[in-house]
Amino acid sequence: MKIMVAVKRVVDYAVKIRVKADKTGVETQNVKMSMNPFCEIALEEALRIKESGLASEVVAVSMGPAQCVDTLRTGLAMGADRGIHVEATGALYPLSVAKLLKALVEVEKPGLLILGKQAIDDDCNQTGQMVAGLLGWPQGTFASKVVLDKENQVATVDREVDGGLETLSLDLPAVITTDLRLNQPRYATLPNIMKAKSKVIKKFTPQELNVEIKSDLEVVQVTEPPKRKAGVIVSSVDELLDKLKNEAHVI
Amino acid sequence: MFRLLLISSKSTSLRKPNSTSSFTVSNSHTNLCDSTSSTLFRQSSSHISSNPSASPTNHFNFIYPTKTPNGYSFSCRLGRSFSSFSSQIGFGKVFSSGYRLNYENFRSCEENGCGFLRFQGFLGGLRSFASESDRESMEYDVVIVGAGPAGLSAAIRLKQLCREKGVDLSVCVVEKGAEVGAHILSGNVFEPRALDELLPQWKQEEAPISVPVSSDKFLFLTKNRAISLPCPFDNKGNYVISLSQLVRWMGMKAEELGVEIYPGFAASEILYDANDKVIGIATNDMGVAKDGSKKENYQRGVELKGRMMLLSEGCRGSLSEKIMKKYKLREKEHTQHQTYALGIKEVWEIEEGKHKPGAVLHTLGWPLDQKTYGGSFLYHLKDRQIAIGIVVTLNYRNPFLNPYEEFQKLKHHPAIIPLLEGGSVLEYGARTLNEGGYQSIPYPVFPGGAIIGCSAGFLNVPKIKGTHTAMKSGMLAAEATFGVLHEGSKMETYWDALQKSWIWEELYRARNYRPAFEYGLIPGLAMSALEHYILKGRLPFTLKHGKPDHEATKVAKLCSPIQYPKPDGVLSFDVPTSLHRSNTNHEHDQPAHLCLRDPKIPELVNFPDYAAPESRYCPARVYEYIPDEKNQLKLQINAQNCLHCKACDIKDPKQNIEWTVPEGGGGPGYSVM
Repeated sequence: MKIMVAVKRVVDYAVKIRVKADKTGVETQNVKMSMNPFCEIALEEALRIKESGLASEVVAVSMGPAQCVDTLRTGLAMGADRGIHVEATGALYPLSVAKLLKALVEVEKPGLLILGKQAIDDDCNQTGQMVAGLLGWPQGTFASKVVLDKENQVATVDREVDGGLETLSLDLPAVITTDLRLNQPRYATLPNIMKAKSKVIKKFTPQELNVEIKSDLEVVQVTEPPKRKAGVIVSSVDELLDKLKNEAHVI
Repeated sequence: MFRLLLISSKSTSLRKPNSTSSFTVSNSHTNLCDSTSSTLFRQSSSHISSNPSASPTNHFNFIYPTKTPNGYSFSCRLGRSFSSFSSQIGFGKVFSSGYRLNYENFRSCEENGCGFLRFQGFLGGLRSFASESDRESMEYDVVIVGAGPAGLSAAIRLKQLCREKGVDLSVCVVEKGAEVGAHILSGNVFEPRALDELLPQWKQEEAPISVPVSSDKFLFLTKNRAISLPCPFDNKGNYVISLSQLVRWMGMKAEELGVEIYPGFAASEILYDANDKVIGIATNDMGVAKDGSKKENYQRGVELKGRMMLLSEGCRGSLSEKIMKKYKLREKEHTQHQTYALGIKEVWEIEEGKHKPGAVLHTLGWPLDQKTYGGSFLYHLKDRQIAIGIVVTLNYRNPFLNPYEEFQKLKHHPAIIPLLEGGSVLEYGARTLNEGGYQSIPYPVFPGGAIIGCSAGFLNVPKIKGTHTAMKSGMLAAEATFGVLHEGSKMETYWDALQKSWIWEELYRARNYRPAFEYGLIPGLAMSALEHYILKGRLPFTLKHGKPDHEATKVAKLCSPIQYPKPDGVLSFDVPTSLHRSNTNHEHDQPAHLCLRDPKIPELVNFPDYAAPESRYCPARVYEYIPDEKNQLKLQINAQNCLHCKACDIKDPKQNIEWTVPEGGGGPGYSVM
């Protein structure tokens, strides 16, 4: 069984981001970029499934400008066997990514598609769900535990939901999106980084996959959140209620 | 016979010279494998899988069939359990090929002058040496520690020489920062002298050097006034740059030439062979929890072995200091101790009308007193960015001095306020600088390698420039290294080349500026003027440095505490806010990388005698004294704040704090510094 993992190149989580002066977005020039942490967890899970013998190959997929290849190389260094890069400049919103993933799934025919639950730059949490819808595959999102049963072609996924944990049984092929508590991703070791240089990364363009990248969304403005105001010490409960009612408008 | 091939599970037993079979012991420590052996072992590589969660004693070793361009294959290590292995391959074949392997390796070692194995006979008595046997090992011709200006210049120069002479050497650069340039901080008014020699086409190749110096001012500050002094610098032809950006560009150039750069890997250990020659470095184990236990994603460090090692770790490099101590490199040339300064810098984005690209300003005087050498700088970059910072010498006497707070005070000076008003801070950071100059350059060659850049200390103090000399030292070391590896000359030619180069001439001329300030600000300024206008370094004697920095601190009761104003949040900030802007990040669950040689000294000496200076000079608030349950103040080390500046390693009065390298990839994340 093949596993496909989608990884995204995002601003590194440790970087303090700034809004661009023209308010069209966040400053990404000269800023450290790395693999989305949830995508790392997804890749780690795929690698563990492969190491337990239930899968034969892990393919890492990334979409975006040429620098995405660096992210794919990190994925290959962690242990993925092959990489696929869909070259696309300009903004890629979740629906476009989902359509591209659907096209790639039809090419590669994996038994399992694992993604991170959301990307830390846009926090959309949409791609996994959309691609499952487009493919008509079952989905197990916010996975905190994944157990595969190869014989019955079933995946048992524990999901982290607001009420607690929900366990689903999914028929393969399926889409799984990973949450934080699923695993701790491995470090890419130096020797593996060296070996990754010789692993294959195949390039596609959206035209080759017959997907039209058009966006139904337009970013109008990006601004910083208002600065936190200093706290005020109130002298009595009545004053507190008054402020909550008349100033904060929460009651 | 079967017993011969089984290695016991304990790693220590492999080192015993009289273990069950000398043949097997030698095999597991063989580092150079020729192609025949690697093809033989290739068959079994598929079933030896990586096992990160396995316990350490059963850690499988990897087998790499690939080769570096120079023909050195990666180390072949036999796995621990041989039962399945020997059943796959004919038993007798393994024995005979391994035997041959040993002998041929010895011969190839001798030819290349590696001296990896001390050979005592084919069978019996073949002793292994000190390196850990359970780590993977990678071999290169040259291993460079630190991807800074010096390290990358050396790497680029090596590859250029390879191209000229039509040979190939494998060059590897390890860098502890998460990416190249992440730990690079400097003023920086760049003198392109060394870059012109290294990459003369830098302008066409779009190096991030685009702002020439347009004006050069020098002010003497008092609390409320700024007196213009004649400018002692000659910055014509120099550029105002962000060194972090330049180093990133150099990293790109190095990779284009075929240098392998590995950011995110911290060199923590030096590897020696049986003759006490340095043969390589080992990176940190990753995935170790705070208490020392192994986490889920534990990864053993990797050994990087090189025929030649170049240490370019920057000022007060942790491995360089160890090497200098071990081989007594300062005693060799009767050099003085190194003296240091702490530099703290911020990059601001200011209002459009106030920005003058290329404007250079240096100040002296306030807020520092007459006895403390130091000053500030303010450079205008491009895109409305300015670099502002303070440099405070670390041999200050008053333990109550807080360099960070002095910097915040500086920003409130009437000459500085108008520039910063309406602006915002982009980044913050700190580093230590070498101020020892000519008097403190250690003998930089050791068996197996050399020290380059700020780790040795080539900063020109009166010019306050060290980048060009660091780069030149890297280039000279590369040329010497190439001579050693290709022509069989000695590394001592590096030292000779240094002394004949413009680095030496420059540093010799600049040698008496800094020591003169030991006598006070006015004598120092007088000497500077004398040297600059008249003498130009021609004095027949060389002034000596005062006490080492850590000994210069007076006890607290002889000094008066300094009251610092509270930060206003607009021009001055508290440490946590500034630290946030340095993008500093360390994996939280790892052992603290700042080690106390004697854990009792902070409470017994630092706090009572010196009023805990580390809680003041550290620009990242790593050291704090917090009352515990018994209401006694105990030292708390917030290692994850560390900016890797090394001030604590330098300034601690009893030299009790040892800065070691944390897990690779941690530390500050400078991008425009």
